[in-house]
Amino acid sequence: MLVNKKKCVAMLLAGGQGSRLGVLTRFRAKPAVPFGGKYRIIDFPLSNCTNSGIDTVGVLTQYQPLELNSYIGTGVPWDLDRLNGGAFVLPPYQNGSEVSEWYKGTANAIYQNMPFLDMYDPDYILVLSGDHIYKMDYTQLIRYHQEKEATATIAVLRVPMSEAHRFGILNTDETMRVVEFDEKPAQPKNDLASMGIYVFTWKKVREYLAADENNPESSNDFGHDVLPAMLDNGEPMYAYPFAGYWKDVGTVDSLWEANMELLDDSPAVKLRDPDWKIYARSQNQPPHYVGNRAEVRRSMICEGCHIYGTVEHSVLSPSVEIGEGAVVTDSVLMSGTKVGRGAVVHRAILDENAAVGAGAIVGGDGAITVIGNSATVCEGAVLPAGARVNPETVIGKNGGAL
Amino acid sequence: MKTDIFGLIYASEENYNLRDLVLHRSVAALPVGGRYRAIDFLLSNMVNTGIRRVGIITQKNYNSLMDHLGSGKEWDLARKNDGLYILPPFDLVANTGTSGIYRDICDALNSKLDYIRSAPQQYCLLSGSYTIYSTTYDRMFEEHIAKGADVTMLYSTRPNTSRQGDESHFKDVRLYMDDDGRVRDIEFDSQLSQTENLGMDVYLIHKSLLEQLISSTVARRKYNFVADVLIPNLKHLKVYGVPHESYVGRLTSLNSYYDINMDMLREDVRHDLFTAENPIYTKIKDEPPVRFMDSAKVRNSVMGDGCEIYGEVENSILFRGVSVAPGAHVRGCIVMQDTEIQENCYLENMIIDKSCTIRRGVRLMGAPEYPIIIKKGAII
Repeated sequence: MLVNKKKCVAMLLAGGQGSRLGVLTRFRAKPAVPFGGKYRIIDFPLSNCTNSGIDTVGVLTQYQPLELNSYIGTGVPWDLDRLNGGAFVLPPYQNGSEVSEWYKGTANAIYQNMPFLDMYDPDYILVLSGDHIYKMDYTQLIRYHQEKEATATIAVLRVPMSEAHRFGILNTDETMRVVEFDEKPAQPKNDLASMGIYVFTWKKVREYLAADENNPESSNDFGHDVLPAMLDNGEPMYAYPFAGYWKDVGTVDSLWEANMELLDDSPAVKLRDPDWKIYARSQNQPPHYVGNRAEVRRSMICEGCHIYGTVEHSVLSPSVEIGEGAVVTDSVLMSGTKVGRGAVVHRAILDENAAVGAGAIVGGDGAITVIGNSATVCEGAVLPAGARVNPETVIGKNGGAL
Repeated sequence: MKTDIFGLIYASEENYNLRDLVLHRSVAALPVGGRYRAIDFLLSNMVNTGIRRVGIITQKNYNSLMDHLGSGKEWDLARKNDGLYILPPFDLVANTGTSGIYRDICDALNSKLDYIRSAPQQYCLLSGSYTIYSTTYDRMFEEHIAKGADVTMLYSTRPNTSRQGDESHFKDVRLYMDDDGRVRDIEFDSQLSQTENLGMDVYLIHKSLLEQLISSTVARRKYNFVADVLIPNLKHLKVYGVPHESYVGRLTSLNSYYDINMDMLREDVRHDLFTAENPIYTKIKDEPPVRFMDSAKVRNSVMGDGCEIYGEVENSILFRGVSVAPGAHVRGCIVMQDTEIQENCYLENMIIDKSCTIRRGVRLMGAPEYPIIIKKGAII
C-alpha cells in the first residue's frame, strides 16, 4: 500500500449545523452556505488545499449533508478528482460494534475515520473547519510544524486585546511554543486567537485520539480534550501566526458583513487572484444581462442574472432576476431569487429561489432581514427589518405567513 | 438513454471573410456571447441529445480549439467509452491521397473513414462549425427513421437577416422541398434565391451510406458535400429537411460575427439560445463575479465573469476578465477575454480581441456596418 502514502491529508470538519445562521441552515450544513455570489463557504478551505498541493481531503459530514454532498461530488471543480487521493465525503457509519454512532465531537470525528487516514499513512494531518472565509497557504503551516518538530501546531490570529475574551487564546513562550490554553478568558494574557486550524503529526495524534476515545469523561473535542491532554504530557505544541483576512461567517450578521466587505475598493479577500484562485462548482449559466434602464453600482453580479432595476452595494448569485423599477441595496441575493417590478429590498439576505413580489418592501435600516429558501413574499407585502422568513413559506400582504 | 448517433464536426473550414479574427484560431474557436466559443453550441446540442461520441476534424490553427476543448470534461465528454476525439490531419499520402491539406470536407472525411467505421453507433451527425443555435437533434432523428430517409438536414425558416450582397451569404445552402419535406432542389452560394429555407450545415446519415458516398465522390475528384454529394444525388437519395424555428447565427463574415454577438442583447435571442433544458456548456475559468464600482454605468450589455467595471458600458458584449477603467466609454463593442481598457478611452463599434491593452485616452470608432478589429494582444 506504499503507493498511497501521502505527506499530508486534510480533514475538513463539515458536519456542523451552524444554528446561528437560522433559516439559512435549516436544510443545509453551514459549509454549503453560499457566499460571494458564486461560492460556498467550503470553497475556501477546499481551494486552499488544492492551491497548497494537498490532493487528499476528507470532508466529514453529518448535519443535512445532501446539498453539501452533491456540491462536492467527485471533487472536479477543485481538481480533487485524483487517481490516488482526491475528495472523499465521510459521513459517520455503522461499524458493527456497539460504538458506532454519530460524530460526538471534532476529535471523535477524526477517530472514527482512522481507517481512512491509515489508508494514506500520512506524516501529518491538517484539520480544517468549514466556517471561515480566508486564503491560506497550508504548505507554510506544515513546513513550520516540521521545523518546530511539533506534535501539534495551531494556526493563530492576532486579535485586539479588547476582543480577546471572545476567543480561544493561546499563551505562548517567546519561541511560540504553547504553554497554556485560555478558552474565552475574562482577563486575557495574550492576543493569539486559535483559528481552529490544526496540524498534527499523525502517529502521535493517533495515540491521543485512541486514549481520548477510551476516556468516558471526555467530550471528544480537540480544543477541550485532546489538545489539553497533549499539553499536559509536554508534547511540543506551537502557535503559527497567520496574518491575513480571516472571517467567521457563522452568524447572519457576519455573513452579511463578509459579503459587503467584498464590495470595498480593494477587498481584504481578493477573489480575482490568478495565483490563488478560489474554485467553485459552476452553474453553467450564460453571462448576465444588464437592461436598458438598469442601474448597477458597487455590486458583484454573477452569470445568468437579468437586471432591469437598480442594484446598489449588493452581491447577486447566478440566475437572479431584478424587475424594472425594483431597488436592491445592501443585500445578498442567492441563486435563482426573483425581485418583482418596483419592489424594494434593503439590508436583506434572500436564500436560493426566494421570490419578492412586485411592489413588496423587504427589510429596512436595522437588523438584517432573512428570507428562507424558496419562500415567497407576496405582491405589495411589507416585511420589516430583522424579519426571518422560514423556507418555503408564503408571506401575505399583511406581513404574516399564509 | 443510449443513442445510436455519433457526432462529427468539420472544424477545418477556412473563411478569410472573418479576417484577423481567424488568423490565430479556427472558426469553431471564435469567442461568442461573452463566455463561449462557437463550438460550445454544437457540442452542447449533441451532448443534450445524448450523443456520447464526438469527433472534431481540425486542420490549421487548431491550437486554441484544443486548448479550449481539453479532455472534453466540461461537456461531459471525457468518457471511458466514446467521448471526445480530436482528429487532426496526418500526412499519409500513400494511404489517403491527401497531404493533410483538405480540398474540402469530403477529402477530410475520406481520410477519417477509419474513425467513422470504428464508431459503435450507426448514424453519423455531420456538422460544420460556424453555426450558433440551441436545440436537440431528437426530432431530426425521429423523422429520419420515420421517413426512411437517407440524409436528413436541419434548415432554418428564419430569413438570413444579414445584409444582402455582402460576404454573409458565404456557403448559403437553400432548400426547395415538397409538402412531405423531401428536398427536391438545392441552391448553393445563391445570391438571388426564391426561398428562405436556409440549410444549417448539419446532416444525419447512416455511416455506411456516408462512407459509400464519400468514397465515390472523392474517386471522381470532387470534394464538396453539398455541391458534389447532395445536389447530383437528389433524385435517388431520399434527402429530407427538418425545420428549426428558433434563432440561428452564422459566423460567415466579420459583419455576421459582429451582428451575432450583438444579437445576444436581444431578449428573444437569449431566450432561444439559453434554455433550462439545453444548457450550453463551456470551459470553466473560475473567474469571480463581475465587480461594478460606484462610477460604473452599464446599459443593455452582456458580461462574462471576472470583469471589473468603473466606466460606462453600453450595447456591448464583454467577455470574461475585461476591465473598464474610470471615465472610459465602451459603446457597441465586442471586447474579448482579459482585455484592459484604461482611463478615459472612448471606443465605439469595435471588435477588440483577447488580451489587448487600450491605453488611457485612446479614442477609436468604427461603424456598426464596419466595425474595427483590434488584433489579439495589441497595445494601443
